[in-house]
Amino acid sequence: MRWRAAALQALLVAAVAFAVWTLAANTAHNLEARKIASGLGFLQREAGFEIGESPFLSYSAADSYARALSVGLINTFRVALIGIVVASVLGTLIGLARLSRNWLLAKLAAGYVELLRNVPLLVQLFFLYALITENLPGPRAALHPLPGVYLSNRGFAFPLPAPDPVHGGMALALIAGAILALLLARWARARQARTGQPFPAFAAGAGLILGLPLLVFLAAGTPHALAVPTLQGFNFAGGGALTPEFAALLGGLSLYTAAFIAEIVRAGVLAVDRGQFEASAALGLPRRRAMRLVILPQALRVIVPPLTSQYLNLTKNSSLAVAIGYPDLVSIANTTLNQTGQAIEGIAIIMAVYLTISLSISALMNGYNRRIALKGARR
Amino acid sequence: MKTRLALAAAALLASGALHAQSTLNAVKAKGYVQCGVNTGLAGFSQPDSKGVWKGIDVDVCRAVAAAVFGDAGKVRYTPLTAQQRFTALQSGEVDILSRNTTWTLSRDTSLGLNFAGVNYYDGQGFMVPKKLGVKSARQLNGATICVQPGTTTELNLADYFRANKMSFKPVVIEKLEEVTNAYFSGRCDVYTTDVSGLVSTRGSRAPNPADHVILPEVISKEPLGPVVRHGDDGWFDIVKWSLFAMLEAEELGLTSKNIDQQVSSTNPSIQRFVGASGGLGKMMGLDDRWAYNIVKQVGNYGESFEANLKPLGFDRGLNNLWTQGGLMYAPPLR
Repeated sequence: MRWRAAALQALLVAAVAFAVWTLAANTAHNLEARKIASGLGFLQREAGFEIGESPFLSYSAADSYARALSVGLINTFRVALIGIVVASVLGTLIGLARLSRNWLLAKLAAGYVELLRNVPLLVQLFFLYALITENLPGPRAALHPLPGVYLSNRGFAFPLPAPDPVHGGMALALIAGAILALLLARWARARQARTGQPFPAFAAGAGLILGLPLLVFLAAGTPHALAVPTLQGFNFAGGGALTPEFAALLGGLSLYTAAFIAEIVRAGVLAVDRGQFEASAALGLPRRRAMRLVILPQALRVIVPPLTSQYLNLTKNSSLAVAIGYPDLVSIANTTLNQTGQAIEGIAIIMAVYLTISLSISALMNGYNRRIALKGARR
Repeated sequence: MKTRLALAAAALLASGALHAQSTLNAVKAKGYVQCGVNTGLAGFSQPDSKGVWKGIDVDVCRAVAAAVFGDAGKVRYTPLTAQQRFTALQSGEVDILSRNTTWTLSRDTSLGLNFAGVNYYDGQGFMVPKKLGVKSARQLNGATICVQPGTTTELNLADYFRANKMSFKPVVIEKLEEVTNAYFSGRCDVYTTDVSGLVSTRGSRAPNPADHVILPEVISKEPLGPVVRHGDDGWFDIVKWSLFAMLEAEELGLTSKNIDQQVSSTNPSIQRFVGASGGLGKMMGLDDRWAYNIVKQVGNYGESFEANLKPLGFDRGLNNLWTQGGLMYAPPLR
């Protein structure tokens, strides 16, 4: 019996290998026969097109396709990471609001969830984009709610601190503060376990994280020069800026995914037995500490696996950027494969990148899930 | 749109036996020409109010159908965006790509394509709202510019600004409708594409066409023409000479109105053209009345231009016959 199973397995592997080989050989033959260029050599060639926004990595039309694709990747990461944070915070708040005993708040949250998750995301993106570009005035008549802040159909321009060497020192201080806060929290937990004495680790940690950079800032003599946006020719120059494309995409992704996360959070909290509330109340725990120490840890076990799916969805949905002109990876890879004609390589790069991002998010979230799972529980 | 690109890429992977036979035989077997056209550019390819595709690019497809089947109606259209077009042709999804596509060396050589000629000589220009007061493209430093991706336009734009040491912010949107909306809503200061596209967009989509001006600079050569797959010379010949037949007909003074009277003409050029002598059609594997059918059913190049582009305010200019000071020139049909 065992050899038969093994033979079947071997046959299956052979069939799959044969199919893959045929496909590859056929493709190579067809490309060759039609004189379509192949290979990844094009990555080093000059791209020749401009990209609307390239934060963190300078780019010009004289750079290579590889660099253009990196800019696209950074843009995808930027919108996905910020989107995940905003969607998680907003989703949690709305999910808890829907459980609230306040009738109006609960109904508003329910309305939000039903509206947002039942309208296709692409429609929401077009809506938000049109809302920004059609309704806001041009840069010469920009709305000007605060000094240095301009709101126009070119986006949101705001002042930023002018670059100063002290910013590097402040970043280092921030990292040092975070590490110290982490160590402090560990020590506080150990001490409480040993002696029963609580320590205000949260407040002390926050003080460290915010205080150390502030100390550096004060020690350097408070260099507070601002780079203020000013209208130069066609557009605002100087300071920071958010483009309408980025704003519409980030808004669309966060609002849409928040609706799903809200339901996941609500399901997670409702999944915890009522007896747990009552038991913690009987032990004399205040409601907020009961939530933090008893209910949420149990709810998280239910919440994290579907939450992972939502994070993956948000990241993959960011490729809808193409429709509203945000230069994400897919948009730039599409342009690249069109300029070079190398569709197979282009699509392969897109697939490989999304696969890598998705597997990384999965691995991170699964690791976190294992940490909060019931210890010793079998599944 | 991504799905289609992915599908086309998958089709490229698996299209082994599909192209063993010639395109002409495949087209004859299925009974129609599958033609890739623009998703909607007035005057070039756009469906009218009854859903019938109209335009000079559409007329090239109809001419090929008239030459192959004797019936210009045997065409099916696949609307393609700039980014989808080459993959659609490479993968065999369409038989001809007639979608205001610029002939360049890299496209002709490395994409596995052949350009069958030029049906419109164009050049890239800039359109700006009149109220900006811009008079020249040299004044566009720092402007935000709406452009479609995957086009020579996108590359020329970057080249022009680099050459003139100016900077700009591109807003890159694939769909023609979305990108022109972005321009008309004021998201961009400038819209750039081929001058023909600017004229067509201004005439057909602007809320008030008089509010927009096209700047005098033309920054590139854009010879637009039909494209076929590399490696099927027979089909390449048919598309090339269908286009030439339309030009030759205009030069000979043959129109859809008068060709029935001209069939009995004693002029040897006209006799060869209508298939009374010479046997030109047979040489391509077609009926000898192929060119007669093109002119009878589609018209000559001038008629196509008059019907589709004149109403939008286009001038013949470079697209006049060589005898009229233009660039349109067909090699002899003999």
